[in-house]
Amino acid sequence: MAGSRDFINRRIHSLLGVIPIGIFLVQHLVVNHFATRDAEAFNKAAHFMESLPFRIFLETFVIYLPILFHAVYGLYITFQAKNNVTRYGYFRNMMFLVQRVTGVITLVFIAWHVWETRVQAAFGQEVNFDMMADILSSPFMVAFYLVGVLSAVFHFANGLWSFFVSWGLTVSPRSQKISTYVTMGVFVALAIVSVRTIFAFI
Amino acid sequence: MSTKMVKFVISRQDNPETAPYLEEFEIPHRPNMNVISALMEIRRNPVNAKGEATTPVTWEMGCLEEVCGACSMVINGKPRQSCTALVDQLEQPIRLEPMKTFPVVRDLAIDRSRMFDALKRVKAWIPIDGTYDLGPGPRMPETKRQWAYELSKCMTCGVCLEACPNVNTNSDFIGPAPLSQVRLFNAHPTGEMNKEERLNAIMDDGGLAECGNSQNCVQSCPKGIPLTTSIAALNRDTSFQAFKNFFGSDR
Repeated sequence: MAGSRDFINRRIHSLLGVIPIGIFLVQHLVVNHFATRDAEAFNKAAHFMESLPFRIFLETFVIYLPILFHAVYGLYITFQAKNNVTRYGYFRNMMFLVQRVTGVITLVFIAWHVWETRVQAAFGQEVNFDMMADILSSPFMVAFYLVGVLSAVFHFANGLWSFFVSWGLTVSPRSQKISTYVTMGVFVALAIVSVRTIFAFI
Repeated sequence: MSTKMVKFVISRQDNPETAPYLEEFEIPHRPNMNVISALMEIRRNPVNAKGEATTPVTWEMGCLEEVCGACSMVINGKPRQSCTALVDQLEQPIRLEPMKTFPVVRDLAIDRSRMFDALKRVKAWIPIDGTYDLGPGPRMPETKRQWAYELSKCMTCGVCLEACPNVNTNSDFIGPAPLSQVRLFNAHPTGEMNKEERLNAIMDDGGLAECGNSQNCVQSCPKGIPLTTSIAALNRDTSFQAFKNFFGSDR
């Protein structure tokens, strides 16, 4: 094989975070942004996504399995680390910690989010603007969604930075610095998109 | 006239099995003293701050000029060499601890064997032995020699392993130092001939993939070795190596 199990798993973990999970995340946030126009635009977009052909295969291979692998292996990585930011308060070390914290928050959030929307849909509920407006009518859920979505977006943006390092795309310190600015730009951009969407349901 | 005193709080441990404990010392200040000369002073007169006779503190040292790496310890929270830790530049009380990432032998002395084992594992040498004279190897460009020299400054001191959040008892990560040595020997024109062996060695469990990019190593390295650049460069090399291994290659 091409290297040990650890090596392959770690590389697959890194790759899956961007392709397909990262791409799915961006697509999901962009489609949801229709909510800022009006309820009808959101429902139309959601219905279009719902009626894509081979949906169950797309969902399984683009969303469920990659996220499941990324989550399980991610937890393994997280609990392997012995964080030491109090002793070594360097920027990258803090990002290292935040990446792990946001990863765990995102996992909890996604589990709840899938239960509340996709699983309820399987039980016959209709996924539409009203469903989200109903969920977000509670201030607690608004806070939960803000924290969850922002964690997911940060985890993706910073994960993109480490993806570039892990695959050897950014080698020099300068390239890694530029990539820090670019990926934090991605975080800010996606954060604006997602926060605007959440508030569109309120 | 009362002499100025220097206060030390030293983490001590009688043997690898017993629990560590703290002991305070106060020794007379001398100009330009470093942590090692202070430890020597304690060894000369092993009496703690309470005035009780105690055992002298054990530590390791070698070159006394920050090139051997033997005297590394955690000084006021940061791992570094005690020979270049000048007392006048340190906040008091000066807290000394062993680098607990490694097995503690006694007091501040640790066992860095795992680093030397890792160097053997990644084949951090250039094989040139044969049954006859192979003649001179290919020349190394001067520009390349200059940056490779920076990597060769590694003294296996263990500071990068101590600073790394991924080198701990939960993980079998060999740490940044041996990885950077792979880059050094792969950069050498003769060493390059065995490049694949070293790359495959670091693609094994506990190797390159265990790095989590906290980049504490490059911030902590006393020799300023670009460890994270080495790691990223090896990430690139192993990306290609993994594809070659899997799909085969005409080289």
